[in-house]
Amino acid sequence: MMKNDMSKIIENKHICDNIFELVVLSDIVPLPGQFYMIKGLNGDYLLPRPISVHNYQDGKLRLLYRVSGHGTDQISRMKVNDNIQVLGPLGNGFDIALLNGKIAIVGGGIGIAPLLYLMKNIESKKPDVYLGFKDETFCLEGFGPNRNELIVVTEDGNTGHKGYVTDFINVKDYDIVITCGPEIMMEKIIRACLEKNVEVYASMEKRMACGVGACLGCVINTKNGNKRVCKDGPVFNGTDLTV
Amino acid sequence: MANLKVDFLGKVFKNPVVAASGTFGFGEEYNDIYDVGLLGGISSKGLTLKSKQGNEGIRLWETPMGLMNSIGLQNPGVESFISREINIMKQYKTNVIANLGGNTLDDYLIGVKLLNDSEVDIIELNISCPNVKEGGMAFGIKADIAYNTVKAVREICRKPLMVKLSPNAESIPEMAAACEEAGADALSLINTINAMAIDIYARKSVFNNYYAGLSGPAVKPIALRMVHQSAKAVKIPVCGMGGISSGVDAIEFIMAGASIIQVGTANFVKADSCLDIIKELDEFLDSQGIRDIKEITGII
Ligand SMILES: Cc1cc2nc3c(=O)[nH]c(=O)nc-3n(C[C@H](O)[C@H](O)[C@H](O)COP(=O)(O)O)c2cc1C
Ligand code: FES
Repeated sequence: MMKNDMSKIIENKHICDNIFELVVLSDIVPLPGQFYMIKGLNGDYLLPRPISVHNYQDGKLRLLYRVSGHGTDQISRMKVNDNIQVLGPLGNGFDIALLNGKIAIVGGGIGIAPLLYLMKNIESKKPDVYLGFKDETFCLEGFGPNRNELIVVTEDGNTGHKGYVTDFINVKDYDIVITCGPEIMMEKIIRACLEKNVEVYASMEKRMACGVGACLGCVINTKNGNKRVCKDGPVFNGTDLTV
Repeated sequence: MANLKVDFLGKVFKNPVVAASGTFGFGEEYNDIYDVGLLGGISSKGLTLKSKQGNEGIRLWETPMGLMNSIGLQNPGVESFISREINIMKQYKTNVIANLGGNTLDDYLIGVKLLNDSEVDIIELNISCPNVKEGGMAFGIKADIAYNTVKAVREICRKPLMVKLSPNAESIPEMAAACEEAGADALSLINTINAMAIDIYARKSVFNNYYAGLSGPAVKPIALRMVHQSAKAVKIPVCGMGGISSGVDAIEFIMAGASIIQVGTANFVKADSCLDIIKELDEFLDSQGIRDIKEITGII
């Protein structure tokens, strides 16, 4: 089920740096990995922006986003009780039934957004969580308490380990690896997994216009031809990806 | 409730609002959001004889109140369309327009032959796509080349034939007149405007193809002028588009001479924009005491 709605903003708060969290009410329970197309009624920009489900609980939909341009900047300026355009949930999301065995979740930067809600959905499977950041960390507390292990890595070493998150995971230790974050990070993880025959799922990102699969603006090359990130993804099986 | 019904090329349009080619797929995705059978019609993604993977690199770029795209006509090909996608479109109880592109005259001719025997209501001959390397838009720049193309297609085309013009044509009135003379039953315009964006840090064009097509509110005043010029230059009906985002925009195009209109980029801005536009059209007519939309068609 998908809905095209005008919703009232419950919260739109600054988390840190250029990271914000938007909260709206929604009676649809999204799948982890799904996203919404969001557009404020303020400002002079055209297209809604795709934003991942960070969490969903008690009818409250939490969307975590990074201000990276004019559109997200305008969204970040919206106030509680303002109306905002919400289309979704969109995309395939993670197929929880397929996620069995020893699982690692690997996120980087704003790519951690969909991973919290995923984590909540597979908590009983006790996945290990690896999170990488440039400098400032955010939203770490959500990843407890049932985790097996939480490994935090920052490039400057301010919090947790110093370096890149990809240097701290040995994918061979896992049956399944799930990743979302910067392209280079995901590429490294996917390549390592494919080499070691470890199942890997990646949540991809791409510039979007329609968000529903109609405009073909968000395609990526896969082994089975062009696939739409918004409709056929955003979650792809690593074996389909051309890395 | 004013009368929004329009007869266009012998087909009944329950209202003049049509989803524009390339922005609505084959209707399927938007039908998950609302009943697309409420529209006057749907124009398919641009079809080519053989399936196409489309362009590499960045395909979308937002500009102030505009959108640039370089999709490159990714589509399943005419034959797949006839065996599969058309059936999806046909179930929606609205007019099905097949948008046909091509690289060569032969491509157009074979495509039209195949579509002749299909259930499409109207063929929209796209001589204006800016996003394919050869052909495509070339047919839509010079009036004499367009004339020859449309004439050859007309000779074999057994469906109502609407020719989609490029805003990049050398002269819009000459182009419109040439297509009419060659036997077009209607004109649609505008396709996207050839445009450019540069990534100054990478020091290169944003798009692999250098140029891309601009659409959305930013192009509306230009599109409106071109629709007006075309409507003045020909007797055949005109389907107007380019930046239409509201009922007011749609009324402007209709007053400028469009019998029906298409909505493209606005579908992305708000998924059910077409429904808003239909409602606003109705409200405007009622508020002005106009009983039939045809009373204001081409009054400027
Ligand atoms: C993403 C995208 C894809 C398009 N693909 C096609 C196409 O395949 N064939 C075509 O004739 N026009 C295509 N167009 C042009 C539109 O049908 C329309 O002519 C143009 O966008 C202007 O209308 P608008 O401002 O309402 O979008 C495309 C436009 C966009 C934005
Ligand atoms: S954004 Fe339009 S197809 Fe994905």
